[in-house]
Amino acid sequence: MAGSVTPPPEDGPERGDAGGSAPDADGTPEKTTGFAAGPSGYATTENPVGAPAHPVDLARGADDGGTITAEERAHGSDPAEPQVSTAPAGSPATGHETAGVGEHLADDDFAFPAGLWRKVAAHRPPGLPTQQVWRSPLRGPWLTSVLGFLLLISLPLVIITGLLDWIAYGPQFHQAIPSNVGYLHLPYFQWPSRPAWLFQLTEGLHVGLGLVLVPVVLAKLWSVMPKLFAWPPASSVASLLERVSLIMVVGGIVFEMATGILNIQYDYIFGFNFYTAHYFGAWVFIVGFVVHVSLKLPTMVRSLRSRSLRAELRTPLADTRPEPPDPDGLVAPNPSTPTLSRRGALAVVGGGSLMIAVLTVGQSLGGVARNAALLLPRGRSYGDGPNDFQINRTAKAAAIVPEQTGASWQLALSGGTRSVLLSRASLLSMEQHAAELPIACVEGWATTQQWSGVRLADLARLAGVPAPRKAHVQSLEQGGGFAEAWLESNQVLAPDALLALKVNGADLSLDHGFPARVIVPALPGVHCTKWVRSIEFVA
Amino acid sequence: MRTLTARFRHHYGRSPLHLLTLVASFALVGYVIATLGPKQLWNPHVWWQSIAVWFVAAIILHDLVLFPFYALADRSLGAGWQAVMGRVPDRMPRVPPVNYIRIPVMASGLLFLMFFPGIIEQGQGAYLRATGLTQAPFLGRWLLITAVLFGSSALAYGIRLLLVHRRPGAEELSSEGDDGVEHA
Repeated sequence: MAGSVTPPPEDGPERGDAGGSAPDADGTPEKTTGFAAGPSGYATTENPVGAPAHPVDLARGADDGGTITAEERAHGSDPAEPQVSTAPAGSPATGHETAGVGEHLADDDFAFPAGLWRKVAAHRPPGLPTQQVWRSPLRGPWLTSVLGFLLLISLPLVIITGLLDWIAYGPQFHQAIPSNVGYLHLPYFQWPSRPAWLFQLTEGLHVGLGLVLVPVVLAKLWSVMPKLFAWPPASSVASLLERVSLIMVVGGIVFEMATGILNIQYDYIFGFNFYTAHYFGAWVFIVGFVVHVSLKLPTMVRSLRSRSLRAELRTPLADTRPEPPDPDGLVAPNPSTPTLSRRGALAVVGGGSLMIAVLTVGQSLGGVARNAALLLPRGRSYGDGPNDFQINRTAKAAAIVPEQTGASWQLALSGGTRSVLLSRASLLSMEQHAAELPIACVEGWATTQQWSGVRLADLARLAGVPAPRKAHVQSLEQGGGFAEAWLESNQVLAPDALLALKVNGADLSLDHGFPARVIVPALPGVHCTKWVRSIEFVA
Repeated sequence: MRTLTARFRHHYGRSPLHLLTLVASFALVGYVIATLGPKQLWNPHVWWQSIAVWFVAAIILHDLVLFPFYALADRSLGAGWQAVMGRVPDRMPRVPPVNYIRIPVMASGLLFLMFFPGIIEQGQGAYLRATGLTQAPFLGRWLLITAVLFGSSALAYGIRLLLVHRRPGAEELSSEGDDGVEHA
């Protein structure tokens, strides 16, 4: 590539020949795509607006791999596209570059109802970009498959951790949101109370990995752009259905990422309930993802094998050539000069992910790393004091007033034969237990502090319920989604499960739940109720 | 004679397994919507705050909004560069600058795309209620990161130019070599 001429690899509506009637790059008139020999009769279509030119040799690919849809076969339907003869390896040699198309023009090119598909194919909407507008020399099945492979191994982790977080919220108490999900959940199990960092890990992975994958998803969507504008959009019922199924996977992933990204930043502009939308949206995506993977896996494997990753990583820009024309029409028929090597493109995507990772990880890990989370909502410092750590919901927002938390405050314990009222002084006179525990939020951040207070197990014993099945904690806060929480027996009886009175050696601040708050290992932060008013232990 | 499967394939376009998979998936999505309750999809008061609207928007967000925008920007970059420099080939730098511009633009743009709520202070009420803080620092932080991105790209480009000029008989315009990209 000359230094003076650096055409970008990107695509855009550069050419005005959207009608597709221009001669191809070699000046070959379109009709030389030569499907005249085809037995289906459609061969005579010398359609000036780009009727499907060679769906048939591409259909061979479907027979080979069994995964290429008719829709995709029809991709390269631009008559101006020069690579009409690119039957996949193994297809019968035609010895005739352009007529090769017609050779395979069996009945398979359009399935039932063939007349309809043909008619659709013949009526290409004016202005729809042709294959020619795609100029990137890097697009191709190999690159798409590398990105697809990365998502195939990473997205399941995002999915599983997301579904686990729903379990962590305690669906058995109807406090997982949304509460009514039918069969759409992981098998129920008791959320463990150790390791203490379990929820920090699952939500950190869910949010963190979700953010890190944004560049990969964008690159993947970029890489398959030509398919969106392929005409005809379908050539069989099969390809039509498969196209419809793509709505689930494309709409699903972008919907999940958009709502998730907005929610962690407290931007509720979407207006609907985040949990509900994100949870059910996830299931739409999961269905689409599973279907997409099962239909495309053979194509992916074949494409990955078509080039050596090691060789690609050694190929500099000067030696970067487009991938060979593919049946899916991803490879540009008229590519511009590369300005980026294939390894360079992967480095750009990887670099983007790395940048997001560096900016994100600090809000989960906390400590010094938090300073790196410059743009994340929880990459903020409150200062150096014992109570200067991440606040979730201020006392002001919860409408907690000092009178409620003053000397008259008492904790009410119930569930046993007698009710117990405890002042803060009497709580402080009980055996104090200290534990270093993370408090982690479903929004993907966490902070680890040194808490001290009375064990919940001791309070249960005091209330006369030494082995509770569950406990109901209520806050001074009136209303609000998290003014109360149910705890499982393992969460009450865990040795480090506390009604915390102090943090880092100082009294809790009002924003952190003074006079007392719950802190339980591996429990979602919002269920570590602040400004506790009462605890009922249920035997 | 055709087998039943072949005949099916002829009419349907793919194998029966393909059809079974897709029908199962559509039924499953139907179950998802039924469980959610179709009414939940639509907000009768504010239409654009509907799950359905956002889902449809999500389908086209990249392909019909983001893509045309960044593709046009990238082509403009190439075309603009050529328009400015193409007429004076003598003064053309030996290292094409395109990636040294493109990469910091992409990085800064990605950060804005993902973290714009903080940067433009959208949702400040909820952020204040949750954290007790304002979103004020985010714009400055983003600008600072952007400055660092472009600054380091400029530095890398400068070093590259220097190296090329120092190398006697360095690659001429026509073969700028491979590493222009990877150093970016």
